[in-house]
Amino acid sequence: MVETSDIRVVRCGGSKVNLTPPIISSDSRYPFVLCTSGDLVKVYSTRTEEWLHSLQGHTNQVTGITLNPANHLQVYSCSVDGTVKLWDFIDGILIKTFVIGCPLFAIYVLSVIVLSECFQLVSVHLPKSAEQEVEAKEMSAVSSHISKNPSCTAFGRGGEYIAFARHLQLNVYFFRKQKTYSFSLKATDKKGAKNAFTCIACHPTDDCIATGHEDGKIRLWRNFIHKKEYTYSTQHWHHNAVNTLCFTPEGTHLLSGGIESVLVQWQYGAGNRKEFLPRLGGSILHISASSDGQLFCTSHSDNKITVIESSFKVCGVIQGLVKDAVLTDLMIDPRSKALVLNGKPGHLQFYSLLRDKHLYNLDIVQQEYIYEAGLDQFEVVKAAFDIKGSWLATVEERGKKSSDLEFFLKLWAFDERTQSFVLNTTITAAHTDRIISMCFSSSEETTMLVTAAEDSQFKAWCQGADADTQQDQNFWSCDFVGSYHKLNPTNCSFSADSSLLAVSFQEVITIWSPDTWEMLTTLCQPPGVIRDLCFGRLSCSKYLLGTTTKNLLCCWNLLTCELEWSTSVDVSKLQPDPFSENVAAFSYQSKHTDLFVFKPSEPRPLFTNKNVCSEKVHRAVFVPREEPLNSCDESTQWLNRSQLYFLTQNMDLLTFSTATEEDRMLSSSKQLVIDDSVAVTPFYLLLGKHRQQQQKLNTQSHPVSDKPQQTQGSVTIKELLHTPAHVLPAASVLCSMFVNSFLISNTGVQQDPLRYFVHIRLKSNGFSYSVMHLLSISLKFLNSFI
Amino acid sequence: MMSTDLRSAMGEFKVHRVRFFDYMPSGIRALAFNQDTERMAVARMDGSVEVFHCSDRFFQEKIIPGREQCGIEGLSWVGERLFSAGLNGGITEYDLTNQKVKYTIDAYGGPIWTITGNQQGTHLAVGCEDGTVKLFEVNEDQIQFERNLDRQKSRIISLSWHPSGSKIAAGMMDMIQVFNVETGHSIHRMLADRGAGTSRSKECVVWSVVYLSDGTIITGDSVGMVKLWDDQTGTLIKSHNVTKCDVLALSVSQNEDSLVAGTSEGIVVQFQFVSMVLEKDDKEWVRTRTFRNHTHDIRAVAEITTAVVSGGMDAQLVVRPLLDKIEVRSAASALRKIHFPHRRLVSCARKSGLMLFQYPGHLELWRLGESEGKGTPGSSLFVKRNPEKLLQLKVKGEDHIRCSAVSPCGGWIVYSTASTLRLYRLHCDNNNISITKISKLPKVLSSANQLCFSSDSSHLFSASAQSSVHIASLSQSGCKFVGTLKPKSGSHQAIHLLAASEDGKWLASANSDHEVHIYNLQTQKAHCTVPVYSSAVTAMGIHPATNCLFMMHADQQMFEYSIEQKQYTDWSRTVQRKGLHRFWVERDTPCLNVMFNPQNPSHVILHDMYMLCIIDQSLPLPDDKTQFYNQLTLKSLTEEQRKSQSHAFKVCKTFKDILCVELMPDQSLVVVERPLEDIATQLPAPIKQKKFAT
Repeated sequence: MVETSDIRVVRCGGSKVNLTPPIISSDSRYPFVLCTSGDLVKVYSTRTEEWLHSLQGHTNQVTGITLNPANHLQVYSCSVDGTVKLWDFIDGILIKTFVIGCPLFAIYVLSVIVLSECFQLVSVHLPKSAEQEVEAKEMSAVSSHISKNPSCTAFGRGGEYIAFARHLQLNVYFFRKQKTYSFSLKATDKKGAKNAFTCIACHPTDDCIATGHEDGKIRLWRNFIHKKEYTYSTQHWHHNAVNTLCFTPEGTHLLSGGIESVLVQWQYGAGNRKEFLPRLGGSILHISASSDGQLFCTSHSDNKITVIESSFKVCGVIQGLVKDAVLTDLMIDPRSKALVLNGKPGHLQFYSLLRDKHLYNLDIVQQEYIYEAGLDQFEVVKAAFDIKGSWLATVEERGKKSSDLEFFLKLWAFDERTQSFVLNTTITAAHTDRIISMCFSSSEETTMLVTAAEDSQFKAWCQGADADTQQDQNFWSCDFVGSYHKLNPTNCSFSADSSLLAVSFQEVITIWSPDTWEMLTTLCQPPGVIRDLCFGRLSCSKYLLGTTTKNLLCCWNLLTCELEWSTSVDVSKLQPDPFSENVAAFSYQSKHTDLFVFKPSEPRPLFTNKNVCSEKVHRAVFVPREEPLNSCDESTQWLNRSQLYFLTQNMDLLTFSTATEEDRMLSSSKQLVIDDSVAVTPFYLLLGKHRQQQQKLNTQSHPVSDKPQQTQGSVTIKELLHTPAHVLPAASVLCSMFVNSFLISNTGVQQDPLRYFVHIRLKSNGFSYSVMHLLSISLKFLNSFI
Repeated sequence: MMSTDLRSAMGEFKVHRVRFFDYMPSGIRALAFNQDTERMAVARMDGSVEVFHCSDRFFQEKIIPGREQCGIEGLSWVGERLFSAGLNGGITEYDLTNQKVKYTIDAYGGPIWTITGNQQGTHLAVGCEDGTVKLFEVNEDQIQFERNLDRQKSRIISLSWHPSGSKIAAGMMDMIQVFNVETGHSIHRMLADRGAGTSRSKECVVWSVVYLSDGTIITGDSVGMVKLWDDQTGTLIKSHNVTKCDVLALSVSQNEDSLVAGTSEGIVVQFQFVSMVLEKDDKEWVRTRTFRNHTHDIRAVAEITTAVVSGGMDAQLVVRPLLDKIEVRSAASALRKIHFPHRRLVSCARKSGLMLFQYPGHLELWRLGESEGKGTPGSSLFVKRNPEKLLQLKVKGEDHIRCSAVSPCGGWIVYSTASTLRLYRLHCDNNNISITKISKLPKVLSSANQLCFSSDSSHLFSASAQSSVHIASLSQSGCKFVGTLKPKSGSHQAIHLLAASEDGKWLASANSDHEVHIYNLQTQKAHCTVPVYSSAVTAMGIHPATNCLFMMHADQQMFEYSIEQKQYTDWSRTVQRKGLHRFWVERDTPCLNVMFNPQNPSHVILHDMYMLCIIDQSLPLPDDKTQFYNQLTLKSLTEEQRKSQSHAFKVCKTFKDILCVELMPDQSLVVVERPLEDIATQLPAPIKQKKFAT
């Protein structure tokens, strides 16, 4: 039993991007969108919707991000791990860490940081210090009566006051006067309206607070320094709670959103004049606006960020992994290696975990989804891929609660031409009752689908057996119907070579030969209904594993038809790795889940991880790696070829990462991203050509002598370039040092300064003014050189 | 009509539930608020003018009935004088003491759309159809035409004086003009935009204009905009789109920090002059609250010190308090809706079962139906004989009826308009009804403010000018003047209530200055005056057995005054000492009738618009801790406990929208209801609005 510390549970990929309001960076041609995603802060391009890089460093959920008001190229982030970090988000460099020491749930920056900790509003003084890691201990509580919802707190004009609401009370705290004004609403008015506050926004220039309410009203409060003469106006469009409010930076408009997934733009000060942007997808959770007011961002409940131009046109969608209601298993599409699960209602989503990018949605139900509570609509409940990824079987059903269950079995063929799945066969009454389990045969030659249903039958489906249809296309039809003692099947599984089919009927496992449809044998280990069933792979393919509801994990040897071994463990999910003999078992006991990885042939587990998470795990999948790791450590070897992802009941997608892996990622993120994001200006072209020529020249003429010179001279320059501009000393101080560094390198080659010069320019493009200043000085020097 | 058994702890009554009085209140056309006297003048569509006392729970102090073909378009106070102007082209001043029209002079400018007085109280300006703004000088006892301002092409819809009195803003078709009063010339001409789309072809009517002291002109127009203009440059500062239909009325508060706009959708929108950055002076007009209390067009709004008053086509006067301006929240500061007049429109001939209903232009006489058998409490009884309408009496002349009465025996009907008083003898044998007008009336009975018969129907009491009451004796031969009762001293305000005692010995009169005089009818002399209370008397009655005068006041206080001893009774003093229950004081409609139950002398029956109440003077008074509406609780208790729990006030809320309750000699109650829903169905259709989820 090795409990190793170099394997760690991480949130990596597929995390929520809609937890906090996204940020749109300012002052660049193509603004970035920053959003929290698990332990990371991700930076996306608004133009291409691509994930550029991520800010990595927090060790727990990031709960808030906000631009540094003193430098709009920096961002503060806070996390449950109790730290606030300051980042240079363009290059992804961590500038500073402030250790605060208690879980932080939101951050609001304006001259001071105010954050909520144990749902208390605390203002923290960030000490000024040159050190990388600073402890910030100077805290003062503002209020302990704040809502758990971070959008119920907002800063007013220029940070002079803070408005926060809880339940039916609105409080405004003035920092200078240190005085709180409170206003309450009645619990309900005569018409039964629910008046509780749901969100707050403050006007950037006027003293006006907009509040959203549970009944969909928006109130605009004014004159709130008076106990009695305060006043508010009410506007009502939303039919349900207003989730979020946001003023545009100029203060001319107010944006609001709710469950209707309609973005509403109210003209400030003009009463009822409003514009709508409907059909945005899931309900709107957050809205943010860029500082120039050109772009808006809405984040939605279906883990999506929509980028909207100020002309109210959607210009980009950043889609995360949708995990609202996962009914299917986690699957891997054998072709694209993408994770497949329920996505949008009635869809299957294909999500690349490696690139952490949503690939596409496959519409399974092909019906319009109506966003309304209480409607019974078709949902995809089962899906399975065949081994090559050319066939996909799906089951959709509705009427779970009512007695009249409706379901369809659909088979989809992969179309090489369109590179997507095309509906091949729809089977309306595949079974008389709901389908419990479904699997494809794993052989390469013939594809066969087996479905087991609650009508105590299992059916095998084959392609093209139907002679009635005189068409080129081959449709799927039923090949065999099997049953066993009128018992309800619980699971079905093919062996690795598809020579055997195991179908479990309550406590009994029956083994069938798919070629002859002959029942070969039965295996039974009462008591307990079989819950999970899987065959061993590769060298262990003679083993069949099963788990029962009576907390038993059994392993049968199929050659002897005997129980090889069994152990008492409550396994909630049994997941074989398709690329190795390994099998992962998640067991839930006393409020935490443990993971065991073992080979069926060996009695000793390869890897054990106690307390993986605190919830039950019902869904897990092995995701193949693009390039295998070559770790020799016994405990990490099982992660060499594939990575284990699992979904907790809280819909957190977790995975295991090894130390080596993390090291590699960390080192890659340290590299400066400069070349690609640079705008192509005439200046760049000129210098770029120059540089290329010189590089060629260098490589040709001085292949050996060039290298040491570069490293020698670049120590100072690297320091100069890698230090954030705002912590650098004045340019005049640096100048001599900078130029001196050139002078040293100038002994042999004259072209060298120019190369560095290019570096500086590139850097300065997105970054600092002090270097620009420096540049003009050094240019003069350079002129004198050349 | 329905008959119901009403049986409970308060006694057992057979109830005639009368719903055939088709009273229709008339829509409100104009409002004018007098800050100094705290009076609100209301002009209705039928030409009647009412004066409400704002600090006395909006009691309707004065009613000046209208005339046929007299549409009032504007009302204006000048000092304590009230002027109105209408589409008949005349300016009318009212004699508020005697509650009648003082004089009417023609402005010679065609129909008048608006009238407004300046703050100095020296001039009146009227806007006429022919496009002139006419200035009238207000003299001691008359108004005098002074001059015209520059004549415009289109009619003048609305006018507003600058508080200094040197400039006038006038709203017209498609534009607003600002006049210099001194020269009479136009200073600025500001064009109001027409609506977009199809409404572009329609003229934009500037329905209302307000001129603020800082030079801002605020207009409300038919496009649905409230616009703010600068009078220095004549430019538009800001416009608020309030509604899709018309903004009909505007009113600004006294200190010019709040503005209300009434629209034809029936909503009132408030704007406030709020500093955009706190504690700085750059203020802006911001739309804040919206009040939805009306179903139809709001034709008039007025912002008074602590409330917004609005009235419109749905004929209700709504007083919406502004909580931020109220020091203490109390019953006086609650939302108030005034539907019915605070006068009795029904009189009842108790002995013969006849009801007289007073409409503006006619009277209706009905005979009550009869029912059979007994039922369980709350059940309807079988109606043996349907009620029938015996008579409809149209008024001669153009004036509307001011007051009317039917004698207790059912033999006499009398009514009075502003100009005439008519007395009729009613002959009723079996099913033949005949009516004869008494032709030779004494000269003093030319007009009456209030009319009342003695309980034996032998005398008619007619309240007339100078707070005097004329007595006329009635006999088969006719009507003979007997004498005049005059108060010893006091004001000359018109009498609005008369109460004669059952034994014919006493007569009590109440006038709008809250004075109650008691006269001895045998000596025809003033007997005494009840100490003047600060609130108006809304109903009074003389107890048949004890001859105590029971008075209800607008602030819901009650007094019992012993006429013989000339002092308040012990019970009344106890009530005043212990105070009334909170729930009783917080009711928002005044009591309109005081009756006594001859079978149970300790019972006093009262009613207001929402309830019927029997006060048992023998039971203890409730204090604030006791349950006030305890009828249901009492029902569940045993006889013994009931005694300890019960208190003097027994309230019945079975009936709603009550116009009148009368106790008949056979222990049956007549309850005249006029359900508000019935009124609403008879109103013209409101503007159709798209509502969510319809």
